[in-house]
Amino acid sequence: MSAVLEIADLTRVHGKGEAAVTALRGVTLTVTAGEMVAVMGPSGSGKSTLLTCAGGLDTPTSGTVTVEGTDLGSLSRKQLAALRRRSVGYIFQELNLIPALTAAENVSLPRELDGDGHREARALALVALEEVGIAELADRFPDDMSGGQQQRVAIARAIVGDRRLVLADEPTGALDTDTGEQVLRLLRARCDAGAAGVLVTHEARHAAWADRVVFLRDGLMVDETGPAATADSLLHGIRR
Amino acid sequence: MSIRQGLLALLEQEPMYGYQLRAAFESSTGATWPLNVGQVYTTLSRLERDGLVESAGHDDEGHGIYRITPAGRAEVADWFATPVGRGTPPRDELAIKLAMAVTVPGVDVRAVVQAQRTATLRALQDYTRLKARATDSDLAWSLVLDSLVFDAEAEVRWLDHCEARLARAARDGQSTGEQRQTVSVHQADEVRR
Ligand SMILES: Nc1ncnc2c1ncn2[C@@H]1O[C@H](COP(=O)(O)OP(=O)(O)OP(=O)(O)O)[C@@H](O)[C@H]1O
Ligand SMILES: [Mg+2]
Repeated sequence: MSAVLEIADLTRVHGKGEAAVTALRGVTLTVTAGEMVAVMGPSGSGKSTLLTCAGGLDTPTSGTVTVEGTDLGSLSRKQLAALRRRSVGYIFQELNLIPALTAAENVSLPRELDGDGHREARALALVALEEVGIAELADRFPDDMSGGQQQRVAIARAIVGDRRLVLADEPTGALDTDTGEQVLRLLRARCDAGAAGVLVTHEARHAAWADRVVFLRDGLMVDETGPAATADSLLHGIRR
Repeated sequence: MSIRQGLLALLEQEPMYGYQLRAAFESSTGATWPLNVGQVYTTLSRLERDGLVESAGHDDEGHGIYRITPAGRAEVADWFATPVGRGTPPRDELAIKLAMAVTVPGVDVRAVVQAQRTATLRALQDYTRLKARATDSDLAWSLVLDSLVFDAEAEVRWLDHCEARLARAARDGQSTGEQRQTVSVHQADEVRR
């Protein structure tokens, strides 16, 4: 499988001098098409920093981030913004929905910014909202929705169109366990359909949907679960 | 144990013979706790001795059929109505291992915690894959899987909690036990840097 995201020896130092904080120290991670990787680690271990660097929203102090073969460091601001809109879906720890726009408008915005016609963008937005199970809320404003519904709008925005890389930072925060599981099934299905996914989560139950779980501590990758077991070994394993 | 009540509950639906009971039990629990047919027949004969089931003759192929008695039905109703007791905590090897790890000097407790976390996550991934494959008609099995998932998750949360406590103890370092711990956690940190 081809690598969609390649992070090589990524170091990120926030701030300067006395106040400098090293959020990541030499992290290397490759995520291939169809693969979902979960990132776990204590608060402050660098998970969000890893994700913002992977999505081109933050710039590494050293090391490289490559998305679909393009080194993000080699792009101009404008090129980077275009690649972000076209290839990267991002679900933030804070939802960042625009209150003045309806659900459908929030979801179609990145497509319109990328030059899609209004109608075409809306059609894609409706498909994405349908996929997250809230098609009927398309014309509501974020303030008139529950936390869980807003969360789904944010997810629809991240998967609208055909994003090859989906980055999710605690996407299940405001959801009950069953709805949270629906969200994970959705991300899983996206990856099974060929996207590469990175999921940051504190919840082991959610991380378990990933093919691989990597553990960060103090900006270092300290461990990871191996490759997926085969279907046949599963029932055997359970019979220990 | 719950095999006894489980088999009784199945017999409440209809009379069955041993192999049928085993298959029905395993299809509900997804073969999480496999039974051998010997266990099934031993259990059935105890149930018969206690008057909870009785023989209902043989089918065409000569299998001995069992059916539930009124006393058996009462026992099933009682079972469903009574919460499962927590009893004394089961002897938990992991809890004992961690208690020893923070007691015995020179153990890298964080490494012990992380090794366990990775292993438990791996099991959790396996359960989750089975869950992803389970269909809506497998509700019973799916709920059993959820139980395994929530158990494993609780273990991981406890490990996270242990790690956070250790980190705090390393910063504060008060009691002698914790001071000793402080040293080994700091040492682990040094090695990693
Ligand atoms: N813009 C910033 N300026 C200075 N320090 C920062 C900045 N962003 C993050 N940090 C620091 O970098 C470290 C890693 O932060 P990060 O947000 O990546 O952690 P996290 O693993 O996502 O934590 P959480 O689980 O709490 O979301 C922390 O020590 C944090 O204080
Ligand atoms: Mg974060």
